Amino acid sequence: MSCCARGVRLAAWAALVVLAGCAQPSKPLYMWESFPRQQYDALLREGVSPLEQIRTMEAHAEKARAAGAELPPGFRAHLGKLHLEVGNAAAARDMWMAEKVAFPEATPYMDHLLKRLDGPVTTESKKNPT
Amino acid sequence: MKRFIWLTSLVLGGAVLGGCATPPAPYDYTAFQRAKPASLLVMPPLNESPEVKATPGVWSHATRPLAEGGYYVLPVTLVDETLRGNGVLTAAEAQSIPYPKLREVFGADAAVYIKVNRYGTSYKLIDSETRVDVEAKIIDLRDGQLLWSGSAFASSAEQSQQAQGGLVGLLVTALVKQIIGTASDASYQFAGTAQDRLLGAPRFNGVLPGPRSPAHGKPMPAR
Repeated sequence: MSCCARGVRLAAWAALVVLAGCAQPSKPLYMWESFPRQQYDALLREGVSPLEQIRTMEAHAEKARAAGAELPPGFRAHLGKLHLEVGNAAAARDMWMAEKVAFPEATPYMDHLLKRLDGPVTTESKKNPT
Repeated sequence: MKRFIWLTSLVLGGAVLGGCATPPAPYDYTAFQRAKPASLLVMPPLNESPEVKATPGVWSHATRPLAEGGYYVLPVTLVDETLRGNGVLTAAEAQSIPYPKLREVFGADAAVYIKVNRYGTSYKLIDSETRVDVEAKIIDLRDGQLLWSGSAFASSAEQSQQAQGGLVGLLVTALVKQIIGTASDASYQFAGTAQDRLLGAPRFNGVLPGPRSPAHGKPMPAR
């Protein structure tokens, strides 16, 4: 009888191991909330106003801080873009710097955006005022 | 008794394994493993469907699976602006920009080129189906090498294989489903599922987990 109990246990283990092989361990790296939807709305260029989006994203950032969760790649960069849209270049710069701190991989592109914010953009607009 | 248990476990094991089974040939990751990309630039997806929302719908769903897969993904909304600011207005134009130029402006290690083959709700006689078909390839921007390619889809037919209520009932259901499908932008939801299946990691023959993933450098799922 003990042999059979052992057999059952073995079979149960085998099934468990196989099942575990299919399962995907999933603790998310970032807190996403409605960020994909925000990106969709922005790409569609319709609907939500930048100020409203800024409010939603700041609430999201607050929630992540409280939960000790990470904000996703591009979150700070997109928030910076919204700040720029409502004329707050200083806040945009802060956010793009913050994106670099959180994700050093972002550095070349953020530097490109920051350079346009500081230099070439202003000289260009001086050259051809529209 | 012993034999019976062995047989049962064999049959059970076979059934469970059969449940996970997918196409056999494993992807050749040699180039991908050598390139070790850390940052990805997702290009605006080419749209082969008649639905104009396909490009933003699929594009906005690319970041999450790739970021959760361990990569830094460049912010798509800013990439969109940079491209437009440089006079690049369509996905086709964007996808034909030379790799060195992309590398110079965006500084990403690799770029993700997506094509949407199907996007939307189609009305059939006794049912309607919302479906999104996508395919993608990842190219190393430093040397132009192909690192990975794959395809995936998501469909409302996966959930509603069966319906009830006779033919008239079916027709009404189909019509109502299409109206709801169109009004609430159901394709957007299926785009999310399709993109998770296409770009999520680790998956069998999928994108390799990136440096920020706990699965980075570990063996890929066997099936």
